[in-house]
Amino acid sequence: MVQKDDLDIEIKLLLQAIYDKYSYDFRGYSMSSVKRRMANALTQFRLTSISRIQEKVLHDSSFFYELLQFLTIPTSEMFRDPQFFYQMRENVLPILATYPSLKIWIAGCSTGEEIYSYTILLHEAGLLERTTIYATDINPKSLKRAEQGIFPLDKIKEFTLNYQRSGGTKTFSDYFKTDSNSALFDRSLKKNVVFADHSLATDSVFSEVQLVSCRNVLIYFDQALQKRAFDLFYDSLSRRGFLGLGSKETLRFSEYDLKYDAFAKDEKIYRKK
Amino acid sequence: MERLNWNKIETKGLYDMIVVGSSAGGIESLTQILVSLPAKFSQTMVIVQHISHDSKRSLANHFAVISHVPVREVEDKEPIEVGVVYFAPTNYHLLISSDGVFNLNIDPPVSFSRPSIDVLFQSAAEVYQKRVMGIILTGTNHDGADGLKQIRKHGGLAIVQNPDDARYPIMPQTALEVADPQLVMTLDEIGFFLNRL
Repeated sequence: MVQKDDLDIEIKLLLQAIYDKYSYDFRGYSMSSVKRRMANALTQFRLTSISRIQEKVLHDSSFFYELLQFLTIPTSEMFRDPQFFYQMRENVLPILATYPSLKIWIAGCSTGEEIYSYTILLHEAGLLERTTIYATDINPKSLKRAEQGIFPLDKIKEFTLNYQRSGGTKTFSDYFKTDSNSALFDRSLKKNVVFADHSLATDSVFSEVQLVSCRNVLIYFDQALQKRAFDLFYDSLSRRGFLGLGSKETLRFSEYDLKYDAFAKDEKIYRKK
Repeated sequence: MERLNWNKIETKGLYDMIVVGSSAGGIESLTQILVSLPAKFSQTMVIVQHISHDSKRSLANHFAVISHVPVREVEDKEPIEVGVVYFAPTNYHLLISSDGVFNLNIDPPVSFSRPSIDVLFQSAAEVYQKRVMGIILTGTNHDGADGLKQIRKHGGLAIVQNPDDARYPIMPQTALEVADPQLVMTLDEIGFFLNRL
């Protein structure tokens, strides 16, 4: 059934070249998704083949960082899948509140929408002061944007609706100030957030945490790389710690299915046994 | 090119994968197709039906009731099984991976759609080559035309519902013009055709 065409070969070579030269490891990314992103990059850069991209990547590091934005397209929203955050608010945080201090790892935080969703939840639960949030990503540009906490104004309507659907009862606009085209979130929300460069493909465990949230990141990985990420999460989590995944991500096809309880099945919140 | 006669072409054992794309008016059309599938369905069917992002409606649950064949909504890395009908989940692109599993992603909409028929069809064409057939049904946008063209290009079988027979003709009409399908059929004919695969 499987036939390797030239494009597959070119992409494999490109990803190897990127790894050798820049230590960014996309070799375990799911080929079908990478292919589409590369096709978009070809159009954008007006290049005729992946091999041309490879040539430019090897000889022009600024080009690589432009390409990186295609390989790690940030697509997120605040309180994405509001039911997930409703479960967090109603059922997970009350358990975490029994700990004297908390550590949370948001893996693949992209441009930060998820970070601010969590810090708002924690603030409203009175837990923000005693929580440390590790927000990690491989894309330096995304991390920088996450740290700035500035989001396009035209997204705010959607974010507000999501916030309300997640069980938020405060005035959402109290959390940010606006100018003509953007919303700047309150600095106090990120006081306990540690922004860090970390790769699920190449880096290791850095802290023990009570909650790992990694949503819609693993869908871009192949099964071997997913397993590596699941290893890291399991090793990072304290006993009875929580793992939150994206709404269509699951442990069902992984050996880790047996090592967690499904805490909120539909919302993909798992609890380490 | 000249169209083939669906009643005369040989299909036995030639196709493993059937991908279907539908949009406005699709629920009714898919109902007709899914009830016609035989209980001993020996291919895999994967469907992208455009639906509002806010919809809580699970297409898989809806269709599981009426179909003789198991119907599921795909989760990421789900193994692709024979004899099952899969639906793309709302708000995710669905892709077929060369290692026999489904991949999902949340890349930006393609042809204003997520899930996009083009995305599914293109990945199916690349993986299954000539062993895939693609079917475009009713709808009011252009999604699926490019994907169907890819299926055709990789040697697969391209099928379009006759626009005169479709509730909303724009989508099949566009696919007809862009992909130059081998077969153009009414919904009834598509049902018969799938039943005797």
